[in-house]
Amino acid sequence: MDHDTFVAFAKSWGLFYLMAMAIGVLLYVFWPSNRRRFDRAKNSILDGEDRPGSKGNGNREA
Amino acid sequence: MVAALTLVERQFALVILFAITLCGLALVVPSAGTEDPICFHGLLIMAAGIALSFVVINGYFEPEPSPERLTEYFDDPTKIGIILAIAWAVVGMFVGVWVAALLAWPDLTIDAAWASFGRLRPVHTSGVIFGFGGNALIATSFHVLQRTSRARLCDQLSPWFVLLGYNLFCVIAASGYLIGVTQSKEYAEPEWYADIWLVVVWVVYFLIYIRTLQRRQEPHIYVANWYYMAFILVVAVLHIVNNLAVPVSLGSAKSYSLFSGVQDAMTQWWYGHNAVAFFLTSGFLGMMYYYMPKRAGRPIFSYRLSIISFWGITFMYMWAGSHHLHYTALPQWVQTLGMTFSLMLLVPSWASAGNALATLNGAWHKVRDDATLRFMMVAAVFYGLSTFEGSFMAIRAVNSLSHYTDWTIGHVHAGALGWVAMITFGSLYALVPWMWKRDRMYSAAAVEVHFWLALSGTVIYVIAMWNSGIIQGLMWRTYNDSGTLAYSFIDSVVAMHPYYIARAFGGLMFLLGALVCAWNVWMTIRSARAHREVARDTADSPILVPSGATVMAKE
Amino acid sequence: MAEFFHRKVERTAIGFVLAIVAVSSIGGLIEIAPLFTIKETVEAAPDMRVYTPLELAGRNIYIREGCYACHSQMIRTLRDEVERYGPYSLAVESKYDHPMLWGSKRTGPDLARVGGKYSDVWHVAHLINPRDVVPESVMPKYAWLQRNRLRTDDIGLHLSAQRAVGVPYTDEMVANAGRDLRGQASPDSDDATGVRTRYGDATNVRAFDGDPQILTEMDALVAYLQVLGRLTEAAHPTRAAAAK
Repeated sequence: MDHDTFVAFAKSWGLFYLMAMAIGVLLYVFWPSNRRRFDRAKNSILDGEDRPGSKGNGNREA
Repeated sequence: MVAALTLVERQFALVILFAITLCGLALVVPSAGTEDPICFHGLLIMAAGIALSFVVINGYFEPEPSPERLTEYFDDPTKIGIILAIAWAVVGMFVGVWVAALLAWPDLTIDAAWASFGRLRPVHTSGVIFGFGGNALIATSFHVLQRTSRARLCDQLSPWFVLLGYNLFCVIAASGYLIGVTQSKEYAEPEWYADIWLVVVWVVYFLIYIRTLQRRQEPHIYVANWYYMAFILVVAVLHIVNNLAVPVSLGSAKSYSLFSGVQDAMTQWWYGHNAVAFFLTSGFLGMMYYYMPKRAGRPIFSYRLSIISFWGITFMYMWAGSHHLHYTALPQWVQTLGMTFSLMLLVPSWASAGNALATLNGAWHKVRDDATLRFMMVAAVFYGLSTFEGSFMAIRAVNSLSHYTDWTIGHVHAGALGWVAMITFGSLYALVPWMWKRDRMYSAAAVEVHFWLALSGTVIYVIAMWNSGIIQGLMWRTYNDSGTLAYSFIDSVVAMHPYYIARAFGGLMFLLGALVCAWNVWMTIRSARAHREVARDTADSPILVPSGATVMAKE
Repeated sequence: MAEFFHRKVERTAIGFVLAIVAVSSIGGLIEIAPLFTIKETVEAAPDMRVYTPLELAGRNIYIREGCYACHSQMIRTLRDEVERYGPYSLAVESKYDHPMLWGSKRTGPDLARVGGKYSDVWHVAHLINPRDVVPESVMPKYAWLQRNRLRTDDIGLHLSAQRAVGVPYTDEMVANAGRDLRGQASPDSDDATGVRTRYGDATNVRAFDGDPQILTEMDALVAYLQVLGRLTEAAHPTRAAAAK
């Protein structure tokens, strides 16, 4: 592959790739049904639990 | 340490240590009789293998641990990792103050090769980045991984292999510089055999991480683990590519890089900048996203924002390395690409810093009263400041002034002292009492003293370097009326003298803070031990909620 | 769709690993890979020569002592740099540098064109105690270079390794590496004769540290410093034309 093809490829497909990735991430982040997972995750670290195994009390199963 | 291993694990540990000793021997044999420094390193590796074998043999016939252990988290490697991190901090920062003093008073050393600036400087950089930072990352990552996955580490032996193997790498690196073993690639100085060893250690580290993640009891992987994963993965890629080299012989410490000239420059700064990104940023962001909400008792402000900034940082940092090579023989389109992405990086960086500060919004009274939380808050502020400064310095016109000057050193230390060290100390002050089952650190006043020493040391250091850097840059490009350069190079060296003294003083304050930390951690551990001996049978410490243990019985 | 994809990726930790590697590796690939393919990266310089064994040994001492931490070897395309240090550095000038020593900091001045700027005597005095010749200097002393004998037993292996990474050392150069190493710093010895035939007439052959009998690390480092910027005339178009 020569230099010009490389640069042309980078300039066009690199941009598409960047946009596709950004859209994918934004879709994932703002997808309505994911809200529950994120809320659970962000609160899950705060309970006082200090043993392995899934949670019994103190955690909202929203 | 050994008592917690099963008999099979003890046997396996001996096999591994035997193999390590043989590896050391394999370096000694071809170099025996020559004056090659690799011989010393071979002996060092053998000594490490044999010494640890004795430790294992010493505990070999102790009773096996009870299966009860599987219902608890495996924190021994984290504890030792914390102690090693602090030990490296003291060593690395001491050497840092020494080399800073050498720039102000160049004869403040002895007439020996190992004690000269050029050999001590990488001991400082590797000591603080890999010794202090790396051990803190490994120790906290094992802790965060288990808590957020609600799963015990997948194995008992491999975490020890990673922690101790990594420290063997650090010792080979630091001792190597003193005896003149270096590749000269900045922040990738260790030679080929140390590099290969690090790859082995890193692969095991990665496997522990992924296997434990797969056993998690939570549906979602908490975002801190994303950052730790990116740290582990990308550092592996960077390390392997940048260190590709051909050794002179199997009995020689010296190797020649596979790349040369402009390709090597691009590879090196692709590595160098992403070492900053994925070693000194990504992993420490993982620390921040766990310990800061935990300490503040509040969830992270926006979980979504933390995900968006994760992918932003992971994607964009990789393009930014070429801003280290503005106006050089590197093709201009690569320079421009590097500059553009460096500017875009400000968005995810500030999103992270803002997210952290917004998490504390509403808990400012805690920040006021709790020096530990204040360490984390100041770290987030410095993260925001130094990422802004970094983007600014990546602009070609700014870089023409700042490059090659002390401004770069000031920028690096705003990040290293203000962000990396502060978030680490904050996290360690939160983690140490949890690990040794105490309510708090031995002395809250000492944490407070450390905070102010660290903050004022950082501010003095950074301001001194901003001043000296900009003065230097301007003196180099100042013309007089007749159109010739106004200053000789040595004029600029003379002008630096007061700032170099101030810098050494700022660094000394930061070192004193680290010593206070070491004392405080030591006293906390001692008081924990005393407490355990007094009340040996009162099983659990009061802050724990003993429930959910039954679930693990199915394992 | 994207949502499904992401959840899948995240649920299986392996998928997540692949996603991180894919996202992060693009930048490096696009920036680095073309540098190995395009002709513009490194200009042609037919007169470019390789380092002699003594210069290579000196370069390795330069690396060992960490000189690159304070001295750059890359003159940027800025007016003040060109006026202070000489013509800006070309990519071709470091094409045999494994690794490159462009540096990132100037606690001391740039050294890309220091070769021939000062005498050997000056360099030796300066390395033994910089403050003897430049009173305000903050450079460390390197007095042990004058005391240490240069290691000579493995120089042939060094040249072979260099050849393995692409530096065009000939069989003859590799075979005579030890002789050339000694000969370049001992102009009246038998070993001196071959150095210029193999590396060119412009090669410096002299007792760099002042003593032709004992081959020291000082000989090697000074030989290296004196050749910096002088491996090719490509950066000096007028001088190159005059030479022709």
